[in-house]
Amino acid sequence: MKTIRASVIGFGAVGQGVAKVLLEKNDYLRSIGIDIRIVAIADSRTAVIDGEGVDLSAVLASKKEKGVVGTEKISGTGIIKSVDHELVIETTPTNINDGGVGLVNMFAAFEKSMDVVTSNKGPLALKYVELFEAANISGSSLKFEASVGGAMPVINLACETLAGNKILSMEGIFNGTCNYILSRMVEEHASYEQMLAEAQELGIAEADPSYDVEGIDTASKLVIVANAVFGMNASYKDVTVTGITRITPEALLLANVDGYAIKLIGEVNDGKINVAPKLVPLVHPLAVGGTLNVFSVQTDISGPITITGRGAGSIETASAILSDIISLYKQ
Amino acid sequence: MRVSMDLELKDIPGQLLLALKPISDFKGNLISVVHHHEKKTPRGTIPVQVLFEVKPDHLDDLISDLEERGVRVVSMDEKRYLEHGAVILIGHIVHTDIQDTIDQIDNTGYAEVVDLNLSMPKINMPSSASLKIDAVSKKDLQAVVELLKSIAREKDLLVIEPIESQLRLMK
Ligand SMILES: NC(=O)c1ccc[n+]([C@@H]2O[C@H](COP(=O)([O-])OP(=O)(O)OC[C@H]3O[C@@H](n4cnc5c(N)ncnc54)[C@H](OP(=O)(O)O)[C@@H]3O)[C@@H](O)[C@H]2O)c1
Repeated sequence: MKTIRASVIGFGAVGQGVAKVLLEKNDYLRSIGIDIRIVAIADSRTAVIDGEGVDLSAVLASKKEKGVVGTEKISGTGIIKSVDHELVIETTPTNINDGGVGLVNMFAAFEKSMDVVTSNKGPLALKYVELFEAANISGSSLKFEASVGGAMPVINLACETLAGNKILSMEGIFNGTCNYILSRMVEEHASYEQMLAEAQELGIAEADPSYDVEGIDTASKLVIVANAVFGMNASYKDVTVTGITRITPEALLLANVDGYAIKLIGEVNDGKINVAPKLVPLVHPLAVGGTLNVFSVQTDISGPITITGRGAGSIETASAILSDIISLYKQ
Repeated sequence: MRVSMDLELKDIPGQLLLALKPISDFKGNLISVVHHHEKKTPRGTIPVQVLFEVKPDHLDDLISDLEERGVRVVSMDEKRYLEHGAVILIGHIVHTDIQDTIDQIDNTGYAEVVDLNLSMPKINMPSSASLKIDAVSKKDLQAVVELLKSIAREKDLLVIEPIESQLRLMK
């Protein structure tokens, strides 16, 4: 049995999902020789630290009831710098302007030769190459399946499962909020504003939806794909981005009459990274509705491969974090 | 646009050059010439098929020029658009001179707007349109979509084109 001491930095939807998944999968993990011991958890204001292993159920309850994980006042970065452990599970908010605290945390972790598993897109979309350089120097691993496509195995499919194939291009729907709004506009023949409001009411869109509807979220994910799968040295500024805010119900209807849906499509093709609303034939595998995500890779020897799944959600995203943890430590 | 013509030439030397001259005079781009010397017509003339690209507004003059030179134009087929594309436009499509948008595409000589459906919800609200474009080849279709995108940038219109894999299928 290998005991891995880990911290969870950021305890929102994804961080809590990780705690729940670890509780649920504890026996399974032990059966494959992995003992994950969470020694510290931090949210934006508080922390809990226990070298013998934090009581995850108690922390989940505390976060739910009191809104905080604990009583300690040390920051997440402080934990990485001062508490002995091997793995940092980084789930702080994505910041696409400067990488935010996530970027600081990752560099701090590598300085201490710790591994990082993350769902945070910002640091990877801005400083992919620098992060991997830092990780390599200290012999650390950096895994980030959860940052792209939630439960869909985007990175691992392309990099591991399809090993030996050359991935020629990738295109897909990487944002469930946009997909929901566009799908509902067709169903209700309603305006963008109306269906955005509905999505907000249902908790599918954020109060400030710009990150999703302007295509920023999709663009960040594509930059990560471009670097990880296509070996590009790309950054967020290399993406041409058009969001969905100008789409009209009339356009959706006209497209429908011609046999097309309009979807916010992200694509990496020919060294170019592009996010824009596109016409998708109604019979095409990418024409999925609701909040679903989907992507296709075009490979040289296997042809096209398409995967559909939930691109976000607390447990779904945590499942991708779990799969990264297993692939790191399974013997 | 792309034109294929069946011509008949007199069976005397120099006629082929004579027939091809107007095409280059009118800045046409010759694609192929098939000279059926062995298939003389009952009239004693020699049939020739030519395929070329030329600006639509030069075509009439080109034909008169050929006929003045004694070259008979037996038949002509200008419907050589093999590729069909669809795009959606959103914005102030009418106010930004829709005729000009269409003309710019038609004037390329390699593509043409063949269908347009316009939906205008309310005055001052952005309208939406679906455009069907025919083009001579895949490459031309891509080129015309690029042209449309650059027109759209100037006129602040949003162009929604088919996904890449669809374009590949169409290739
Ligand atoms: N939700 C999804 O479905 C999904 C899917 C894929 C990827 N992601 C990515 O995963 C990350 C987390 O997403 P989420 O949905 O869990 O976000 P969230 O619910 O907003 O949670 C963010 C957490 O980070 C904490 N935090 C903020 N600043 C911090 C700091 N300086 N130090 C330590 N903790 C800090 C917050 O603390 P408080 O609790 O005190 O506010 C909160 O617990 C984001 O980068 C997101 O883009 C999310």
